[in-house]
Order: sequence, then C-alpha cells, then structure tokens
Amino acid sequence: MAKVERPLSPHLQIYKPQLTSVMSIIHRGTGVFLSLGALLLCFWLLAVAAGPTIYAEMFKHLTAWYGILLLILFVFSLFYHLCNGIRHLFWDAGLGLELKATYQSGYLVVMASLLMTFITCWLGMCSVGGAA
Amino acid sequence: MSLQTPLAKARGLGSAKQGTHHWWQQRLTAIALTPLSLWFIYSQLIIGSVDHASVTRWMSDTMNAVLLILFIVSLFHHAQLGIQVVIEDYIDSGWQKMSSIILIKFIALFAGLASVIAILKVFLGL
Repeated sequence: MAKVERPLSPHLQIYKPQLTSVMSIIHRGTGVFLSLGALLLCFWLLAVAAGPTIYAEMFKHLTAWYGILLLILFVFSLFYHLCNGIRHLFWDAGLGLELKATYQSGYLVVMASLLMTFITCWLGMCSVGGAA
Repeated sequence: MSLQTPLAKARGLGSAKQGTHHWWQQRLTAIALTPLSLWFIYSQLIIGSVDHASVTRWMSDTMNAVLLILFIVSLFHHAQLGIQVVIEDYIDSGWQKMSSIILIKFIALFAGLASVIAILKVFLGL
C-alpha cells in the first residue's frame, strides 16, 4: 500500500469553530489545568500539616496578585468543568443530544460557570478582605 | 497477510471483561465530585482560609476530615483517568505513551496519599 501523507480530519486550519467544539476542548483544557490545581491542593494540605510558619509562607504567595489570579482561574475552571461535566452525564443518559439542545445546554453552562465564578470570587474577596 | 477483518479475528474470543471499567470509574468519580467540590469551595469561603488555627480547627472536625479525604481520593482518581485519555489521544503509541501513563498514575497515587496523610496528621493533632 502506498504511503500517502493525507491530511487528518478534522482539518483544524480551515475548521470553523463552533460553540460545541470550542466548549469540548475547553472542557479538556480545564481538566488538565485542574489536575495541576489538585497538586496545589496537595501542597496546601502539606503546608497546613507542616505548621503555622510554613502555612503563613504559602498563604503569602496565595494572596499575592499572582496567587489570587491563579485561584480565580482555578475557580472558573472548576465551575466550568463541573457544569459541563453534568452536561456530559445527561448525554450519557441519552438526554439532550439534539443539535438545538446541545447549543441551549452549552450557553447555559457558559453562563452558569461565569456566574458561579463571579459569586464565589466576590464572597472570597469579602471574607479574605474582611479578615485582613 | 490474513484476509480476515479485525472484527472476524476478535469474534468468539469473548469480552475483555472490563471494557467499560475506565468509563464507569470516570463517571462514578464525576458524580462523587459534584457535591464534594461544591462543599470544598463553600467550606473555604466559610473559614476564609485566613490563619493556620482556623484551618486546623476546621480539619479537626470528623465530618470535615471524612469529606476532605473523600474529595481528595475522588479528585486524584478522576484526574489521572482524565489525563490518561489526553495522553492516549495526543501521544503516538510507543514507550513514551506507556511511560507517561505510568508516571501520571504514580504521581496521582503519591500526591493523593500525601494529602490524606497530611489531613490525618492535622485531624489527629500530631
């Protein structure tokens, strides 16, 4: 059989992004990112176990501007992955697989995850800001 | 070269017995993580994660320690299952693919166990 270097599908260079495909890759991206968040959570727990001095050191980094930014990204990723994961569970049950329904649930996931991120970050700023 | 189709070759050999195992584990941990991750975020907002003493007090509560350990175990199991699929999709077959999967599984096990030990240490006040 002749070896021909045929392009692989989907042809990403000429592929028009749709809500559904973009949301799919974001689900995967947030999943990978959240795995790094799991490692950060592990470090946080180890810092708690290590005592107040090391905990204070880590807390200083987590409340610096880059720490806050990272935490906001983690919160958004978690809510997005959570909401879209529930969308996937409905698909597994055979529900909402029609084209129109996938777009409706897609918009719902985007709005819900943004809203939950906003509320959580706002409450988080209040609790940290109030204690500081 | 055999003219048999791949399906004909596989027919009659019986099932691999755990064809849906990965899929099922991923859904099971996803379902567990839905309330657990919401609980975790909610708890962090309540305690504010401000000082070491309040975090320690929070972790010393039995129910909090139980839920936190459940969260950690489900989280690392779910994460390594997901990363495994990403590796299988993007790394061509070969030793790189297999060693990446093994590495990910070992890291998840190590970090998961380290987290659980850290929780128990605080919980028991050691």
